[in-house]
Amino acid sequence: MSEALNQQALASYRNNFLREVEEKVEEGEWVKMCMQCGVCAGSCPFGPHWEHSPQKIFMMIRAGKREEVLQSDSMWMCTSCYNCVVRCPRQLPITQIMHGLASYAHRLGLAPKEQPTRHFSALFWNNCTQTGRVNELKLTLGLYFKDGLVSGIKKAWALRNIGLSMLLAKRLNPFEILKGHECQDKAGIQRMLKKAHEIEARHRGLNG
Amino acid sequence: MSEMKTAAYICKGCGIGERVNATQMVNIATKEGKMSLVREHEFLCNEAGVQTIRDDIEKEAVTHVMIAACSRRAKTEAFQFPSAAVARANIREGVIWSQPDTPEAKETTQEMADDYVRMGCAELKKMKLPAGNASTGHNKQILVVGGGISGMTAALEAANTGYDVVLVEKENQLGGWTGKLWKRVPDREPYKDPADTGIGAMIAAIEAEPRIKVYLNAVLAKTSGSPGQFSAEILIESGSCNTEAVGAIVQASGFTPYDANQLPEFAYGKTPNVVDQAGLEKLAVDAAASGTAIKRPSDGGEVKTVAFVQCAGQRDDSGKHLPYCSGFCCNTSIKQAMYFKDANPGVDTVVIYTDLRTPGNGEDFYRSAQSKGVIFTKGKVTAVAANGNTCKVSFHDLILDEDSEIPEVDLVVLATGQVPNSGVNIDLTEEEQDKIEVKPISILNLDYRQGKDLPHLKNGFADSHFICFPYETRRTGIYTAGPVRRPMDIAQALEDATGATLKAIQATENAELGRAAHPRSGDLSYPIVRLEGCTQCKRCTVECPFGAIDEDEKRYPVFNESRCRRCGTCMGACPVRVISFENYSVDSVGAQIKAVDIPDEFSEKPRILVLACENDAYPALDMAGMQRTPYSAFVRVIPVRCLGSVNTSWITDALNGGYDGVMLMGCKHGDDYQCHFVKGSELAAYRMSKIDDTLKQMALETERVATYEVAITDIKRVPQLIEDYAKVIEKIGMSPMKGFA
Repeated sequence: MSEALNQQALASYRNNFLREVEEKVEEGEWVKMCMQCGVCAGSCPFGPHWEHSPQKIFMMIRAGKREEVLQSDSMWMCTSCYNCVVRCPRQLPITQIMHGLASYAHRLGLAPKEQPTRHFSALFWNNCTQTGRVNELKLTLGLYFKDGLVSGIKKAWALRNIGLSMLLAKRLNPFEILKGHECQDKAGIQRMLKKAHEIEARHRGLNG
Repeated sequence: MSEMKTAAYICKGCGIGERVNATQMVNIATKEGKMSLVREHEFLCNEAGVQTIRDDIEKEAVTHVMIAACSRRAKTEAFQFPSAAVARANIREGVIWSQPDTPEAKETTQEMADDYVRMGCAELKKMKLPAGNASTGHNKQILVVGGGISGMTAALEAANTGYDVVLVEKENQLGGWTGKLWKRVPDREPYKDPADTGIGAMIAAIEAEPRIKVYLNAVLAKTSGSPGQFSAEILIESGSCNTEAVGAIVQASGFTPYDANQLPEFAYGKTPNVVDQAGLEKLAVDAAASGTAIKRPSDGGEVKTVAFVQCAGQRDDSGKHLPYCSGFCCNTSIKQAMYFKDANPGVDTVVIYTDLRTPGNGEDFYRSAQSKGVIFTKGKVTAVAANGNTCKVSFHDLILDEDSEIPEVDLVVLATGQVPNSGVNIDLTEEEQDKIEVKPISILNLDYRQGKDLPHLKNGFADSHFICFPYETRRTGIYTAGPVRRPMDIAQALEDATGATLKAIQATENAELGRAAHPRSGDLSYPIVRLEGCTQCKRCTVECPFGAIDEDEKRYPVFNESRCRRCGTCMGACPVRVISFENYSVDSVGAQIKAVDIPDEFSEKPRILVLACENDAYPALDMAGMQRTPYSAFVRVIPVRCLGSVNTSWITDALNGGYDGVMLMGCKHGDDYQCHFVKGSELAAYRMSKIDDTLKQMALETERVATYEVAITDIKRVPQLIEDYAKVIEKIGMSPMKGFA
């Protein structure tokens, strides 16, 4: 499905990636307003750990570097501290654009596969939208065993004391593994989410 | 003034009475100063004190007044007596405020005060009340050279102020470059869209104004005279020549776009699809006239992509092109990109810049262009290659630090910048002039000895100091406005023209009254030369920074008093000392130098003469006093109009008279000079570099004369310089020349 979406976007925008971002990405219409001052890059607490700073991402979008932008891990590194948003002299909603780009890349199936933030986001979303409540046990285990059985056991063993304490404090229920707690109107939540999906798809022109 | 009657007034106010013995000063003024009338006053600048002086001038027929009180820079209004020559002894800032209030310092403080009284009396007796220049011109018509937006603004502003104007334009219509634009960068809220140039209305206003006389197709064949009495020969294309008498001149000769043919790497000239900004304006005007969109010049095809190359041949450090930023071109490119976006948002417009500089409210305009979808790419264009009907623009992306290119560009616009139309560079030697391939055409054709056009400041721009005195050129009564002064846009040119016009009006009014222009505004003195002593050495004519001195057939100097700024550079230059001002002369300073009491060799009290520029160093010293920063009690400070007016005879006289050292304090010179008279401090530094020989002849150490560059802000530094120099003198010891004078 995502590959089809990607092909469709490629076909309709050809080499105008900026227009694609403006139309498809949340807050994407702001990208053209960047004046390349670099304050966002200098303000980001994660600055040195990104592949590309927001300033560079915006420049790459304007330069039509579609693959590089969408496959970048940069947007996934954003911790939503909003430092850049506060400081941007042009008042760009940089954090929102970063999340918008991440979500667009994810939808097109171009986002880096092994990116931990992306993995966790998907895990969390699927976990909580099923029942309307987060199943902490399944979420934690999903995260531990991301890189295979052995590393999962190692991680669990390293954190065993915290786990036991939580068990004693009744903050962790081992039976959740079988069936987690649910919200009162599970079907209602799912209907709501479905509706939201439809609205967004209509708004962004994303079919399917 | 037949009879000279001198009077000295010793003020005891502001703590002078408590710190120094005023009675002793009175005695000195009477006995040594030989003043005919000496009065002591508790508070001289109050109404009663000033009235005392006025009464003496009126009833006692006092013609010369010496006031020993505060600095000559203080209480100038109270101590202004139009019918008397006034000398001031600086006892407040120069003595009691700059010396510590301790019992040990009492003796040297008193000596300082006594000397300043002696010096004031000595100066006073050598002064005359300036009688005023007799050969003043009364013409108040303003000549405006150039009919572009700067010139037209100047003409309208002068006319609206009530002055007649002669406007000379070399082309067959008014408007200049602004008249060739399709639209201009907006000058009012909301700064979002290109605006109408308004040039039509302006031309109509000029044509309707009876005070403005316009010459089209005309140039200046010759300009002669001085403020208030210029004569301009206007040569009209038809061959006839009209002579107009004018009082002052505003030169608004504008600019020429930098020749894009110098940029072969950008394919200019190889394909019609590469144009400069002026070229694009022409395309836009033609397109608007035919009611179509701007077409691709090579084949009339549709324009889908436009690239704007900023800093083309500008901000160049290789020495091949313009080294400076022209300041208007970023806004112009933004405007031109909007020509396309406003007509068809589907056209891709890319501005490739290194630093986007948008003066005025350009930031709003820039933001507007971004929201219209103009793409701004930070990069440096390396090449433009023509390929059929399109071009490939290669550039280095400065954000991503990689080489990049835009493959199919229909139209490339080069932002080439402004070259001033400032005429001939008169500072070049004949040999250097010969080397220039395209000979510049003189704008003013001045018949001044110093050259046909205004001296250039930097990069060909005719200015003298754009921070301290904008519009003032180095030719009194001639002011520059617009891009001939420095690169600028329309909004700045309007402001510039208004400022220069006001200066020109001021010049005509000053000229009528025989008063000096900036910075000695209102000074009535002027150089008087004793021609019988002149040796025709030509130093004064060559060194005058303002071109005020011509030569007659016998090669004697001819002073044009109205062109003079009263700096005294000629007086400093004259080896036979025949040039002087009525209130400032070789004698008036020389007498002060001689008046100082020089203690003998064994007193351990050296004397250091400080000749301080009255514009910067002297106020800095005053301010050091105001801040009570102490400095050596051995200095005796004499303000000079400019270090350029320092005659080397003063130095030799001082050293012969037993001074232990001489400090010269003038303004910063060189490329970024701060001298109010442009060349004064530089000339002084040059002259002093030659004084070493004299010192050696006198068997004196070269350290005994020192030159310093001092700015008005050097309030902390000046006392330190004095202290350091006093230590140097202490080290080399007292002068052996004492007791001979």
